[in-house]
Amino acid sequence: MAEPAPVALDRNSNLDVAIRLRQVGKVYDNGIRALGPIDLDVRKGEFISLLGPSGCGKSTALRIVAGLTAATSGEVRIAGQAAAAQSIGFVFQEPTLMPWATVHDNVLLPLKLAHVARIEADRRVGDALERVGLAEFAQTYPRELSGGMKMRVSLARALVTDPDVLLMDEPFAALDEITRFKLNNDLLALWRGLNKTVIFVTHSVFESVFLSQRVIVMTSRPGRIAAEIDVDAPERNEDFRTSAEYAAYCRAASIALAHASDAKAQS
Amino acid sequence: MSAVEPSSLRTNHERGALRFLLPVVVLAIGVLAWDLIVRLNQIPPYVLPSPGAVVRTLITDWPILWASLLTTLLTTFEGFVAAAIGGIALALLFSRSKWLEYSLFPYAIILQVTPVIAIAPLLLIYLPQHAAVVVCAWIVAFFPVLANTTLGLKSIDRNLSGLFQLYHASPLQTLRYLKLPAALPYILGGLRIAGGLSLIGAVVAEIAAGSAGAGSGLAYRIAESGYRLNIPRMFAALLLLSLAGIVIYMVLALASHLILRRWHESALGKDS
Repeated sequence: MAEPAPVALDRNSNLDVAIRLRQVGKVYDNGIRALGPIDLDVRKGEFISLLGPSGCGKSTALRIVAGLTAATSGEVRIAGQAAAAQSIGFVFQEPTLMPWATVHDNVLLPLKLAHVARIEADRRVGDALERVGLAEFAQTYPRELSGGMKMRVSLARALVTDPDVLLMDEPFAALDEITRFKLNNDLLALWRGLNKTVIFVTHSVFESVFLSQRVIVMTSRPGRIAAEIDVDAPERNEDFRTSAEYAAYCRAASIALAHASDAKAQS
Repeated sequence: MSAVEPSSLRTNHERGALRFLLPVVVLAIGVLAWDLIVRLNQIPPYVLPSPGAVVRTLITDWPILWASLLTTLLTTFEGFVAAAIGGIALALLFSRSKWLEYSLFPYAIILQVTPVIAIAPLLLIYLPQHAAVVVCAWIVAFFPVLANTTLGLKSIDRNLSGLFQLYHASPLQTLRYLKLPAALPYILGGLRIAGGLSLIGAVVAEIAAGSAGAGSGLAYRIAESGYRLNIPRMFAALLLLSLAGIVIYMVLALASHLILRRWHESALGKDS
């Protein structure tokens, strides 16, 4: 397979763009440039991965989209509006659960903060836990759960508000491979069923290719977009994971990643 | 290393029994030695009363001592509640405003490091006696609550804070659902220290007040008995104060355990 060329930004029509980043950059107070500037369009319902080495600013980019970190330049639009006004689900690298609250109360939190009526909120929490397969653990405390189950709770919490956009910051990086594969499959099933726009940050070539329709390869600090790889595979299952196609995509992504790192070394 | 070294004990049960028995044995030996020394040297009770004389005084003087104990406990309780409320409220204010923290925190430290026994006589001049005693208890006890709560508020998971920000939580919601629960183990640790300290503060102030000829708390009884060379009653009052301190500590430790037992590491068994 030939190395894919970077895709032009205006490939998509404006109408179905869910997230648009224009010249977004981040410079720390000490003058070190962490990110960009980058331009990125994510289509509605699209699943993209930001792939890059540790410390390349991909998490920073995600936090900027979520409104958790302020960009020092550029702007982020979500469905045409400023970022903070939109309903966003965020999954952190750690499960980030409240240890003093049960699984049910942890998932309930976003609804409680939004003053959703109790009966309606409980029903939605039940649905969300059902979706991630943890219905019978509602009254359990986080410390009694395994790492994978905690991550599922975190995912249920992100989904409970039914956000249009789901942002995931290396959510499965700390899990063992077997659990990660299982959660990858579950995440794809959820994505297909719920039609969310997903930005998934990872440093795993294999995970990014398996999950996403488009892999954005980033350079090391300051993070810039080095390449984009369209992963054209309708079926994402164990067959795909072991196919020659999958291997070829992974190879392309690995080469792009190596190039991105080299480019940095020369500069 | 001998075979009865605690680390080599086989079961938790044995270790628990030993942890209870050893202090009791030490106490028994201590009391026995005390009794022997008094008997063998024929020390008169106004110098050093025997343990038996102390217990007899405790029983015969019980009405006076009990009333004094209640007075001291009430003062301690008032000082403790004031310290809890004041310490937590100050910590919350400091966490909201760096200006306030930078302006006032040094004075909290100065109040803490200045010996309260030196402040007490001054307070007795400017405040009604009961208020002065409560303020003394407060001064000694509020700092650990303040320091611990501040530490707890600063130890909140950065990502959890981010989550509350993401969902547009109001300051009050963040306080109620994030800050207070997250800081609770630290606050309870501070309160456990504050309980014992407020007793110390109350006693110090009572002694200072007692020399001015007023008051009826246990510490006043000790001072008064000292003037009258009623040494057995001094010991009896001291015993009661000591027991009060132990009970306060145990009640607070139990409360802390009950509140945290379902989720916090400190209240969970090491094996679970």
